[in-house]
Parts: sequence; structure tokens; C-alpha cells
Amino acid sequence: MSFEVPDELRYLESHEWTTVDDESVRVGISDFAQDELGDVVFVELPDAGDEIAAGEEFGVVESIKAVSDVYSPVSGEVLAVNEELFDRPELVNEDPYGDGWMIEIAPSDGVGYEELLDADEYDAQIA
Amino acid sequence: MIHDQADYAREDEPVHEPLLSEKGEETVDVRDDSPLPDELTREELTLPAPSEPEIARHYTRLSQMNWAIDSGPYPLGSCTMKYNPKFTEDVAADPNAAVHPDRPDRSIQGNLELQYRLQEFLADVGGMDAVTLQPPAGAAGEFTGILIAKAYHEHHGNDRSEVVIPASAHGTNFATAATAGYDVVELPSGEDGRVDLEALEAAVGDDTAALMLTNPNTVGLFERDITEIAEIVHDAGGLLYYDGANLNALLGRGRPGDMGFDVMHYNVHKTFATPHGGGGPGAGPVGVTEELAEFLPSPRVRETEDGSGYERFEPGGTIGQVHGFEGNWLVLIKTYAYIARLGDEGLADAAAKAVLNANYLAERIDLEVPYGPFHHEFAATAGDRDAADVAKRMLDFGVHPPTTKWPEMVPEAMLTEPTEIEGKSSLDDLAEAFDLAYADVDEALETAPNRTAAARIDQVGAARNPRLSWQALDGE
Repeated sequence: MSFEVPDELRYLESHEWTTVDDESVRVGISDFAQDELGDVVFVELPDAGDEIAAGEEFGVVESIKAVSDVYSPVSGEVLAVNEELFDRPELVNEDPYGDGWMIEIAPSDGVGYEELLDADEYDAQIA
Repeated sequence: MIHDQADYAREDEPVHEPLLSEKGEETVDVRDDSPLPDELTREELTLPAPSEPEIARHYTRLSQMNWAIDSGPYPLGSCTMKYNPKFTEDVAADPNAAVHPDRPDRSIQGNLELQYRLQEFLADVGGMDAVTLQPPAGAAGEFTGILIAKAYHEHHGNDRSEVVIPASAHGTNFATAATAGYDVVELPSGEDGRVDLEALEAAVGDDTAALMLTNPNTVGLFERDITEIAEIVHDAGGLLYYDGANLNALLGRGRPGDMGFDVMHYNVHKTFATPHGGGGPGAGPVGVTEELAEFLPSPRVRETEDGSGYERFEPGGTIGQVHGFEGNWLVLIKTYAYIARLGDEGLADAAAKAVLNANYLAERIDLEVPYGPFHHEFAATAGDRDAADVAKRMLDFGVHPPTTKWPEMVPEAMLTEPTEIEGKSSLDDLAEAFDLAYADVDEALETAPNRTAAARIDQVGAARNPRLSWQALDGE
């Protein structure tokens, strides 16, 4: 089974993705991660205005199989959270890179976190 | 099979038992002599109007739609679903037991004597010095135990912020520590499934308030290094907490107090065959060593100084009350009755048979059991099958399945605990159900269960859109 790994995104080994932009990035979990978790039933996210640090947990995803922390690929202030997920957590399964996005962050140091993988590296990790 | 509870020849629709109100209603006048204002009263009320046999049949049918320990084996690992001997119900139903606790000590000497003796029984079983009967459930006992540990550290001026818990522990341990205000330090399991001493040494320190440990652990393994574990924790100034969930395996053979534990709770429903709470009432007594006795909840029961009777008293440094009076008295009577009936030999025999049964069953089934040697329970793996599917298919073969997908150290785990109550033929039935389900075709597994009153439950739907009250039924 092969999973979608969009080229333009950057990834964490723990299966989160981020868009690349100096002003504002979106963060979510990968296609592989949503498949591993199975049906997502609950998502817990920070509040807009919270400061989060790259590599640290910012939220929780609960599926019928497991409860998992979600880690941030970048440091910065949370600009927005996808509140749609509170009512429709299934969006994480249905469209992990689109409507299933989790938070928007204003990256304080750009998207320069050294642990980030590009699409090829991440693809190799989950292969 | 002998235990064929699965006798519904159902096609697709679940078996439906209507609500009593759906079987007929009647509107009755309500006499209006209430002193309440008019907007809070009503003049008529619509109520279900069944005859007595209709009520009897309704509830009998509902009970038959369920799986129960009274109708077949129920080997839920770590839950210790024991049959509750009916004589304990007789004892609890004795009119002399129906005594309200809010009476002077001198007028309830019999109750207090029984409570005192039960404190002593439990202390003896656990190798503890003092016991409280007050906590109303196992989880409440855990919380009480950790509050006692906290009071102990505070009393000694120690500011400790962490509780160390093995990854394989019961979820309640993590919740207990967090609710008591501690940071949780998760201890990864060693390769053999037990506590890794090096990882433990790295995890404990000046901030460690306690290590919470279940022994045998959640895959039935005895922590062989328990003496070293106790030493490491005590040397760091921490306390050792014993989760009593698996005490049934040790009765008469090993005592937590002798292993170095300082605090423990007893799950009387798992070890001494009182009903599982399901919301209560239950009991989760807590035992402690002498150093911690003064922090126990109030009241406890002791002999009067002149030895003529029994009295309730407040321990000097008590953490306060965690429940009313001395706990759920009628549950405690059943605990006492069970221990008194079995005696030392009977309790030791129960533990031996619980271990024997688990080992016989594991030997009989085709599923692999990765960790051993185990005691009263084992975690088999469903391998490349989905453990939940195999479990649901087992229902079609007339037995209740084991606990699934936990602990996570075993992939697709089927945590199985037959307890001492099953005989060989029951265990053979269980083994057959395991093997038939495990070897069945994918399609059968994915659609199971088919011979139960309820069809496969929509777990995802239930979790995403929970209907948390009866009012939600109107939304249909």
C-alpha cells in the first residue's frame, strides 16, 4: 500500500507535516499516520495565541485504536486552529493534507527546524 | 459446545426488545394536592402500563440478550471476572446486616467487629500493617493510596513531583497519579516484559514520590527483581505502590508487604468475588505499612483500650474522608464472608487453580503467547488477524471473548484470564472458540457477531457521536 506524500511539504519522523512559508504555515498529520491510527474520533488542539515549540507536543489525536500526542514541526505562535475537527474528526482520515489540517502557526524562526524531512526522506521512512 | 449463549438466528437486524412504554401506555390523573407552585406540577402523567408477567418477561429477555458469568465463561484479562458465590448475597441480605452506620459505636458492635476483622484479614493477606475499608472502588483505592503517599512526603517535608509507572500498567494508574497532582514518568518495559532495572534507576530520583507496580504484571509475569526494584525506589526516597488488580494470583504464596511495598489497594471484586461495580457500590480497601498508618482515611475501626469492644477513630495525620462512614458496608460483608468461608487453604487453592487454568488454556490454543512464564493471565497474540474481529467471532461460538488490544506491548493482544472458577470442560470450550475464531475466514471475522442479540457495534460512530443520555433517543 502506498501513501500520499506531497512534495511541497516537510515532515517529522513522528508523521506530522508542515507547509513551507515565512509568514504562516499549516500543520497536520500524514496520510500514513491517519491510516495507522485508524478511525479518528477526537482531536484536541491548542488555542489561538498559544506559543508552541518545534518537536514538542501541541495536541492529541484519539482513534478507536490509540491515543497519540501530535508534535509540532515548527516553533511559533498559533494563529488559528481547525475547529471543524471538533465536530468532524473524520476529516483527518478523509483529507489529511486538506480539510484535515490542524493548526496554523506564525513560525518564529521560519521553517528551519533541523529534524524536518523532505518528501523523499519521509517516503523512505514509511516505505 | 456447552456454553452456547449464542442462540440468536439473526439475519441483519439486531434483536429488538421494545421499551416498556412501547408496549402500551396509560394516562393517569395525578391528584393535585401538592404544595408546589402550579408550574412545577402536572395533573396527569403518562406511564407504561404492562402487566406483571409482561414486566417479568421484559427483564428476563434483556438479561438473556447479555453474556454473563452466570451463563458461561467470561475470561476478560486483568478484569478477573469471577463468579460471585450466592451465599455471600445471603449473608449481605440478612436483616441484621441492614444497619445504618450513623449510630453510636456501642449500638453497632457487631458491624464494627466484622469491619475490624476484615481490616485484619486484608492486612494479613497483603502483608500490611493497617487497612482502611473506606474507598468505594479500586480506582478510588488507588487515588486514596497515592494521597496517603503524598501526605507522607509532605509530613516529612519532601517536595516530590513525580510518580513512575510502567508502560504496561492499568490506565487508572496514570489517571490516579495525574489527578493527585503528580507528573507521570512512563517506564518502558524490558525485553522480557518486566521492569528493566537500568531504566528504573534512570527514571527515579529526588523527585520520585512513588513507583506504582502491578505484580504479577498485566501480561501475568511475576516481577522477579522485586527486591531490587524496592531497593532502588526506597534508596531514592520514594514509596512503592502495589496495584492489587492481580493479587488473585498470589494469595497464600506471596505478600506485597514482604516484597517491600508500602501502600496497596485491594480489588475485592477481583480477588474476593464481590460483584463488579459497574458504577457501584463497590469497595477498594487500602493497606499501608506502619509508617503510613497515621495518614489513612477517617474513620477506621480498632479494639477499645480495655479490650471489651470496638470503636471508630480518626488516624492522627488522616487525609480525611474519601467516602461516607467506613465504606460500602454490604460489599464489605460479602468480602468478609468469602474470605471466612475459604480460609487460608481455600484462598491459596484459588490462586493455584487460577494459575493452573490460565496455563492449561494457553497450552490448548493455537495462538502464540509471546511472554512467559505467566501466572493467572496471559496475553496471546492474534498475529496478522485483528484481535477485535477474532473476539467478536468468539461471541458466535458462545463464549465471552478476552480483553483485546491491550497491553500494547503484545501486538493484537488477547489478554485472557479464565480465573479459578472454570472447570476443564469450560476451558476446553474456550480453547475451541479461540481456535475456531482465529482460523476463520476474513469475511466471517469482519461481519461477526452474527448469533448475538446485538449486531456489530458501530464503535467509531459511538465515539464520534456519543449519545450520552436517554433524551438522545428522541433524536432518532
